[in-house]
Amino acid sequence: METERKIRDFVLRNYLFTTDENALRNDQSLMQTGVLDSTGILELISFLYEAFEVQVDDEEMVPENLDSVAQLTTFVTGKLAAVERSAV
Amino acid sequence: MLRDACARQLRRRGLVVATSGGIDSSVCLALAVRAVGRERVLALVLPERDSSESSAHRANILARHLGVSQVTHDIAPTLEAIGCYRWRDEAYRRALPEYGEGWRSKIVIKGGIEGRINHFVLVAQSPDGSTREVRLGVSEYLQIVAATNFKQRIRKTLEYFHADRLNYAVVGTPNRLEYDQGFFVKNGDGSADVKPIAHLYKSQVYFLARHMGLPAEVCAAIPTTDTYSLPQGQDEFYFALPYAQMDLALWALNHGRPAGELAAALGVTEAQARRVYADIELKRRTTAYLHARPVLVEPVSELAAFAVGGH
Repeated sequence: METERKIRDFVLRNYLFTTDENALRNDQSLMQTGVLDSTGILELISFLYEAFEVQVDDEEMVPENLDSVAQLTTFVTGKLAAVERSAV
Repeated sequence: MLRDACARQLRRRGLVVATSGGIDSSVCLALAVRAVGRERVLALVLPERDSSESSAHRANILARHLGVSQVTHDIAPTLEAIGCYRWRDEAYRRALPEYGEGWRSKIVIKGGIEGRINHFVLVAQSPDGSTREVRLGVSEYLQIVAATNFKQRIRKTLEYFHADRLNYAVVGTPNRLEYDQGFFVKNGDGSADVKPIAHLYKSQVYFLARHMGLPAEVCAAIPTTDTYSLPQGQDEFYFALPYAQMDLALWALNHGRPAGELAAALGVTEAQARRVYADIELKRRTTAYLHARPVLVEPVSELAAFAVGGH
């Protein structure tokens, strides 16, 4: 899945300085395992805008949306689907 | 302890304390005077463009009360020359294009206790008094913090100038809450030779101020960062709760008290208390880098015999 691959790539390269796919599980908590700190999350939010034109609203700034590759993928997919629906 | 640290461990002849007029630096200055005598203490007052008048006023009252020599050095021209205000304002304008001359501003933390992820908001007041709030993107946020960190780093440069000139040691003034939670600038206010109140909760620092009979204005000082041009409490910038509650939360966590007990003491829900605990742990994790000494490939073990203060 394209969205998931882009997010994984970004996390691996930007935070872990690696291309080793084994370094990251999709269900891994990025905050609990120290991959993301609060500045890291701000970087992630700016990546979501640059890569997908997805804006994270204030009420969406919760760990359930942003704390793992799987959650991020679900969140981005949902936002993009909502944009498409409203464009129709 | 402070006398022993100065004379025996650091082998310096006295102590330099930069005072902001706030409770922590005031208590440190008073402790320094008690430890080594007022003739061996230099108080520095280092205001800049965004410092409040009342801070300098309190610092003056305290220096007179303690009878220490005091040097005041306005660091605004240095900050101007090094680009502190220019870099900061450029980042402000990227976030808020109408920001300019005559505007006042501060940065506020959001998230924490509501269970959202911590993020930062620029609050700016235009010359006509209307207020704007915008969420900061990562590059603007980092640039604003980097630029304002010049203030703490230039102050530290001056503290060490005077310390070197007099062969004194520099006193760092963080309390336990600030030290534990990494609320300081690396190589800025985080840098010092001795930190005499880093083990004390903020409420203990207030207690100590009253115990030592410091002037009423000083004992009543409300903690602010004194770094931004709009009035800004420390809790708005960094902590999830007002400092008195934050202090209690840190104590409760350190003493293994359940979240329910903290919730009852603070008048918040148990879920909120759990988030406060989580926020404290998170800040410990994310600010470890601020405490860290430079990473070496291998220890230079020959120096261990000369280590000062357990390092």
